[in-house]
Amino acid sequence: MNNSKQGMTLIVKTVTRVTVWLIVLYGIYLILHGHLTPGGGFGGGVILALAFLNIMLAYGREATQKWLNLKFLEDIEAVSATLFLFMGLLGIALGGRFLINFLPKGSPHALLSAGNIPILNILIGVKVAMSLFLVVWVLAGLHEEKGGQS
Amino acid sequence: MILPYYIAIPLLSAFLISLIAGKKDEWAVLLSTTAGASMLILSIYSLIAQNGETFVYKMGFWSLPIGIVLVQDGLTCLMLVLVSLISFTSLIYSVQYIRHMDRNWKYYALFMLLITGMNGVIITGDLFNLFVFMEIALFSAFALVAYGGHAEEYEAAFKYAVMGALSSALVLIGIAILYSATSTLTLAKIAEKVPTLDPGLIFWTGGLFLAGLGLKAAIMPFHAWLPDAHSSAPAPISSMLSGVLIKVLGIYTIIRLYFNVFNAPDFYMQVFLVLGAVSIILGGLLSIVQWDMKRLLAYSSISQVGYILVGLGIGTRLGILGAVFHLFSHAIFKSLLFYNAGAVEMALGTRDMRKMGSLARVLPITSATSLVGTLAISGIPPFNGFISKLIIIIALIKAGAPVYAILAVIGSILTLGAMMKMQRYGFRGETEIKKISEKIGWRMNTAMILLAVLCLLTGLMLLPGIRESIVDPVVKVLVDHSQYMQLVLGR
Repeated sequence: MNNSKQGMTLIVKTVTRVTVWLIVLYGIYLILHGHLTPGGGFGGGVILALAFLNIMLAYGREATQKWLNLKFLEDIEAVSATLFLFMGLLGIALGGRFLINFLPKGSPHALLSAGNIPILNILIGVKVAMSLFLVVWVLAGLHEEKGGQS
Repeated sequence: MILPYYIAIPLLSAFLISLIAGKKDEWAVLLSTTAGASMLILSIYSLIAQNGETFVYKMGFWSLPIGIVLVQDGLTCLMLVLVSLISFTSLIYSVQYIRHMDRNWKYYALFMLLITGMNGVIITGDLFNLFVFMEIALFSAFALVAYGGHAEEYEAAFKYAVMGALSSALVLIGIAILYSATSTLTLAKIAEKVPTLDPGLIFWTGGLFLAGLGLKAAIMPFHAWLPDAHSSAPAPISSMLSGVLIKVLGIYTIIRLYFNVFNAPDFYMQVFLVLGAVSIILGGLLSIVQWDMKRLLAYSSISQVGYILVGLGIGTRLGILGAVFHLFSHAIFKSLLFYNAGAVEMALGTRDMRKMGSLARVLPITSATSLVGTLAISGIPPFNGFISKLIIIIALIKAGAPVYAILAVIGSILTLGAMMKMQRYGFRGETEIKKISEKIGWRMNTAMILLAVLCLLTGLMLLPGIRESIVDPVVKVLVDHSQYMQLVLGR
């Protein structure tokens, strides 16, 4: 992957190889601390998507395609959305209203607190990361095929 | 309380379709028709069981200034039945039509998202929530218009997307101004504060909403996107767009905002009358000169939406009854006519009426149901279109606006002319057509027959006994402007 002619220069590739994990880590941090600090599922998800896009920019489209299983990403996206809906429906089953909080609330400022919200944040984060990455991926590949279909 | 299921069922089936559907579309068809049928059953049940009452569903038990509410009243129930009915028949119709187009499950996932958006717009009680659902419905509509994958369809979808984005921007500015003036986004709370607001503010935000929602409803000066989008889409989607989408995103939202929130300001009632009359006449004239069958029907939709708007503009009990009833009946017969046009397009491979001929022998059911649709849309008794147009015209005369009544009658004659042209050239021409490229299967025929029967049956909705439980609650919601606010806020 490193020696291929595609993508940007070796410098960019090397730096990306190191920094991309920091970006992923920061995204995960934002998602997990969504109920405590500014940020949350959407913001963290966008950062996760940017990590994937960073790889795509540095290594080129084809190298990334070999490394990533796009169908799997699509499935993760659909599963996270479905699970979010199931959380809402569980609220009806356990509490009588859609999306009601049915987990213990815990003590304020603890990482495991605020009931459902951390779980919902994680689901939103995964969904946003996958959909944003796939949207940019599809749009960036449009010129490759005639008629713009992918 | 079944209100959240109207959003959860189609959304869940959209996600599940994208998960489990493989290369073929069997699972997608099964899931989407099951979801469509269950929503139809739920909505008919709630229409019968509503009893003219207003239900407020608090999401997660959060009470009003903090949480978001879902509201179900007479108008909501009727619109939900309409959306479920047309979407269910469209889904049945789609199976053969989409297989004929050689496409996969993505159509059904998008279709389910379209229904999610429309149901959300109908049941939400929050202005920004309404905007979000409106965008969901619009974006899936853009994708569905482009579904055929030809240059012409991409052009129509692009035009629609640009106009849709413009209209959404106008609506969003209107929402922002209202929010800054009232510090709330709940429709009922805004309605509570409207009497204390500056009339100038209502005037300008009303103008923004009229332009934004008028674009979505394709009222006359804002109609340019409609003929392209509605004629390029696959036939079941054309019938969804013309039958329910322009009504839910345009007319329904206009009704909620102007009647229940803005308290029916006189100036805008006049504007509705004028724009409605312009739409009736110009839409009729433009439809009569078309040779493309679906384009003719699309222009005729503009004219029919004009009737609904005129009925709303009168503002009397009878006028609103006529508007609501025309909204319902137009969805049924226009969807039927689009199914017919789609069947003819599939059988002959063309939409140009000059290339068609006598179809009565090769497509007996399509040809017969198209006659029913034609008679209903032109206002011939005993079909539903006759009753709704009659009510609107009587209401105009009673309200002392004979000029508009004459315009409405002229518009009806123009519609009759356009539809006779369609019958004369499209279904009953001189050249006998003997060979068709593809047979129309039982699913498509069922959808057409179902709507043709409903064209006749929905006229019965005004009979005493049925009327009190179905139509009167809707009219009551719109005539007592402040009742919505009081009931939602629990006063």
